[in-house]
Parts: sequence; structure tokens; C-alpha cells
Amino acid sequence: MNSPSTAHAPLSEQSMIQMEGVHKWYGAFHVLKDINLTVQKGERIVVCGPSGSGKSTAIRCINRLEEYQRGRIVVDGKELSNDVKLIEQIRRDVGMVFQHFNLFPHLTVLENCALAPIWVRKTPRKQAEELAMQYLERVKIPEQAKKYPGQLSGGQQQRVAIARSLCMNPKVMLFDEPTSALDPEMIKEVLDTMVALAEDGMTMICVTHEMGFAKTVAHRVIFMDSGEIIEQNTPEKFFTNPQSERTQLFLSQILHN
Amino acid sequence: MAQSRLPHPDLPPPPSTIGALGWMRRNLFSSPFNIALTALATYLLWITVPLLLNWALFDATWSGDDREACQGGSGACWVFIRVHLDQFMYGFYPKAQRWRVNIALLLLILGAAPLFIRTMPNPVKVKLGLGLLVFYPIIAFVLFKGGLLGLPEVETSLWGGLLLTLVIAGVGMTAALPLGVLLALGRRSQMPAIQTLCITFIEFWRGVPLITVLFMSSVMLPLFLPEGINFDKLLRALVGVTLFQAAYMAEVVRGGLQAIPKGQFEAAAALGLGYWKAMALIVLPQALKLVIPGIVNTFIALFKDTSLVLIIGLFDLMNTVHNAITNPAWLGFSTEGYVFAAAVYWLFCFSMSRYSQNLEKRLYTGHKR
Repeated sequence: MNSPSTAHAPLSEQSMIQMEGVHKWYGAFHVLKDINLTVQKGERIVVCGPSGSGKSTAIRCINRLEEYQRGRIVVDGKELSNDVKLIEQIRRDVGMVFQHFNLFPHLTVLENCALAPIWVRKTPRKQAEELAMQYLERVKIPEQAKKYPGQLSGGQQQRVAIARSLCMNPKVMLFDEPTSALDPEMIKEVLDTMVALAEDGMTMICVTHEMGFAKTVAHRVIFMDSGEIIEQNTPEKFFTNPQSERTQLFLSQILHN
Repeated sequence: MAQSRLPHPDLPPPPSTIGALGWMRRNLFSSPFNIALTALATYLLWITVPLLLNWALFDATWSGDDREACQGGSGACWVFIRVHLDQFMYGFYPKAQRWRVNIALLLLILGAAPLFIRTMPNPVKVKLGLGLLVFYPIIAFVLFKGGLLGLPEVETSLWGGLLLTLVIAGVGMTAALPLGVLLALGRRSQMPAIQTLCITFIEFWRGVPLITVLFMSSVMLPLFLPEGINFDKLLRALVGVTLFQAAYMAEVVRGGLQAIPKGQFEAAAALGLGYWKAMALIVLPQALKLVIPGIVNTFIALFKDTSLVLIIGLFDLMNTVHNAITNPAWLGFSTEGYVFAAAVYWLFCFSMSRYSQNLEKRLYTGHKR
């Protein structure tokens, strides 16, 4: 496994995402506290932590689905601001997979995948549909292209969601608990898809509790609790030798379930 | 011992649970109370239906050209309707020019027919629909009003009957829906100025009866306008009806927008779709589909509300019928007149209702979230 970069890596040409001193409040509630994180190109990061620790909120700040009140976030050299056009530009290059898939139920699987290339990237329809088929093959469900999301199983829907993101040819993929809403027998098919994606060198940030996935795929595991990054390390060290008490408690809880 | 267990063969269901017999047992005779209700309903039908049929069909007078033909008949005098039919359809539109109305109607049918062909590809339908929406009103207006291309001018005050009802309903529906969608989006906007504007508009128009709106537009508005400036009375009614119904439509559409899960907005945003594209491609198609019953409900209400224009002196179908009933030469046939008007309104409203049910079924894509 590659040697991971540390969180304090200097700003370099190679970094894909930099979060510097990001704070966020929901009203008086301080959800994110001084988040500093640099993700290199090709790096794969797993974020874990108890529920309500702010891990989803943190990655949702990266494509501005959540606003933050202090700090700065740079994605692929572009700093997030309130400029709507800039935000849209950044979102094109940042794929996102949601816990509840969020496929568009009124469109077929193929239309779900081809929609953004057609309307955002201005790809001609025919070409966009070919692209969509190509990615549906990659997530191994080309035969479902003409069906509607409501006719697919949860695992299939999540794989379509991954294909939909990939159709935009993103530079980085964000996964927000992609397997938490799935029945146990469907988790593997989604994780396999994500592992295959990792093998292709995609930059990934993944909020998940799948520790097996973290061990095999992640360069770095980040542990968050009550809005803070408590600890980050390579998976080997993170799982065998957690430094903080909170991490130890969390690991003992999830590994014994 | 290898003993394979054969599956139990399918047995036919008991005869009393299927077919006409089963249906009757389930729906008409399932309990003593239901048996009593069935008997009562049968009795009521028994005493009313023959009377109605006798009046409307068997004892009715169908032929003749004046009221003398109906003397002595105990049933309906449909001669009254036949004699006045042209008037009910066109109002006071000059007889020699009525072909223009027919052509406009024919054009609409020809233009809109492909929209109802299911095998037609959607992009073609969208283009045709938009084209129709933009150009048809212009063509129809030129045909109706004239004064151009050698067509003699026909004042809007002469338009009447079903023609006028359809003009008001058609303009009202096609203008109120898009306006309502914009108002609904505006009401949910993040921008306080737009939001306040939309809320004020909606609450104002919803809080005022349509009769008041029509009165205001025809009586009060001219008082505020400078001397010499005078809008067409029909135009004022059209604007009033449209704005009034747009406010209702906005609330119907807002109901649909609120039913769309937040995840849909987020997924659209995460793909890089801007506000208008996300709305047009992702949110509105789902939201409008959800509220088809509400939209059609508003359309039906609008269609019937067009009859209120009689209070500002426009001769729509209702007013034309009313006018014929009070004609001294044909006194005494108000029942026939009102039954006819009711039948025409019912026919249109029921067609809209059936079409919307059909549309809902067709657009269902088996999703539950």
C-alpha cells in the first residue's frame, strides 16, 4: 500500500482537496470544528466515527451541499466561494454517492446516467447514452438500462448511482455512507464496485463503517467525533494501535457488533 | 427413502367468489345493511329512471322548426335546442364568418392530435407542444378577430357561446399553469424579495372571489385609467381569470414541490445542474406528476367558473343559453336550456377528468420513494 500523506502536507500541485480550518454551525450548534484535511490525487480516504460526529457534513461541504461559516476549501485548485457558477463547475468534477441513492425515479436507469452529460457537459445525446452504457457495464448492470429505479434492488440502485456519477468523469468521488441503507446481502456488490473503482486509481473520500473496506482500500483512515478530526492514520496502525481513547471505544463498539 | 414431495395442484377458486356473481356478493350483498342499501337504491332508480327517460327521449319532441311543434308534447322540446344550436356554439359571431371559427378548431385538433399518439417520440412532442403554445394563439386570434389578411373584423363583443367559453377556459388554463409554476417556485425561493412578492400575489388573489375580480376589472378599472384608454372587455376578463386561477395553481404545484425529497434536489445539484435545469428536468416532472389530480381539479373549476363572465355582460355558453330562454318567442323551455348547458359543461369536465386518470396511469413508473 502506498505511504499515506499526512494531514499537514504542504499545499502542493498534487493535492485534490484541501480543507483548512473549516468551521460550521447549525444555529448555535457547532457541527464542524476546525477541520483540516488534505487529500492527494489518487488518495483514498475512509472517514468513520459515531453518528452525529459531522463526517457526512464534512464531505458535503466539499461540493457545497452544506455551507460552512469559517475556513476555506480548495478543490482541484479552485477555492469554493459563493459564486454559483464556480460551485456548479466544481460539482461537475466531484462525484457524489448518497446513502439513499437519490436516483431520479421518473427517468430510466439509462436516462439517469445520461442526463448530466447531456445537460451539463453538453454531450450529444447519442454519445452520452453510449457513455452511460459503458459505465453501466462497468458496474455490471447494463441489462437494467431500460428499467426504472423503482424496479431495481437497493444494491443495483446504488451501483446505478455510482455509474451516474462516473458518467460525469469526476476527478474525485465522495461516498456518503453508500452501504448503510442496504440489506446485508447487497452490501458486497456495492463494495466490490467501489474496490474496482479504487483499483483504477480514483481519488475517493468515503464515509463508511465498513472496516473491511477501509483495511483493503484506504490509504488513510480518519476518525471524527463531535465535529472534530480526532485521529488519522494508515489502516494498519489505525486498527491495531489506535491512539485516542475515543477511537479505541469506537473501534471496540463497531468491531464487536 | 427418496420421496419427492409433489407440489399441491392449483385448485380453481370457489365459483361464488369470481365473475359477476362474486362481484355482486362482494359489492352489493355483503351484509344486511348493504342488502338494504341495494334494495333502496334499486327502488329509487326504478321510480326515477323511467321518468327521466320518458321526458328526455321517448316523449320528447325532436322535429319541427318552432315552438308550435312542441305544443301538447309531455316530454322535452329539443327543437328549442336545435333551433338555437348555432347561437349556443358561436354566440353573435356573424353567420358568414363562422367558417373561421371552424377552421381554427380544425387546426387545433390537427395540431394537437400528434401529442396524444403514444408512439410519438417525446422530443418531437415537446417541440410540437411548444410550437403550438406559441403560434396557435396568434393564428386563432387572427382568425377570430380578423381585420388582417382581408378578413373582416369581428369585435370581441360578438364572440359568444361555447366559442367564448372555450377561449376563456383555454387561455386561462394555458396561461395559469406556467404562471402558477413560477409563483410556486418563487414562493419557495431563497430570495426574500421574490418570496414576499409571490406570497403577496397568491394570498391577494386567493382571498378575493372571482366575481369581485371580474366586477373590478370591468367596472372599477376603467375609472382608474386615463380618459380614452380602454382595454377590451374580454381581455380584462381573460387577465382576471388567469391571475385568479394562477394563484390557485401555485398552491397546487407547491404541494407537489414539497413532496419531492430533499435528496432529489441534492442529487441534481451534486451533478452540477443549475437551479433551472434541476427544476425543469428533475423536480418539476416529478412534482407535476404528483399533483395531476389537483391541477385537473383546478382546470375543471376554471372551466365552470368561466360562466361567471355573464355578470360583466360577456355572452359565454351559459349566458347565451340564458338569453335564449328569456327570449319571449321561446318562453317556457328553461329546463331544456339548462339541461343542455349542464350536459355540455359535464362533457368537457368529465373528459378532462378521464384524461387525467389515464395520464396518471401512463406516467406511473413504479417508484415508491
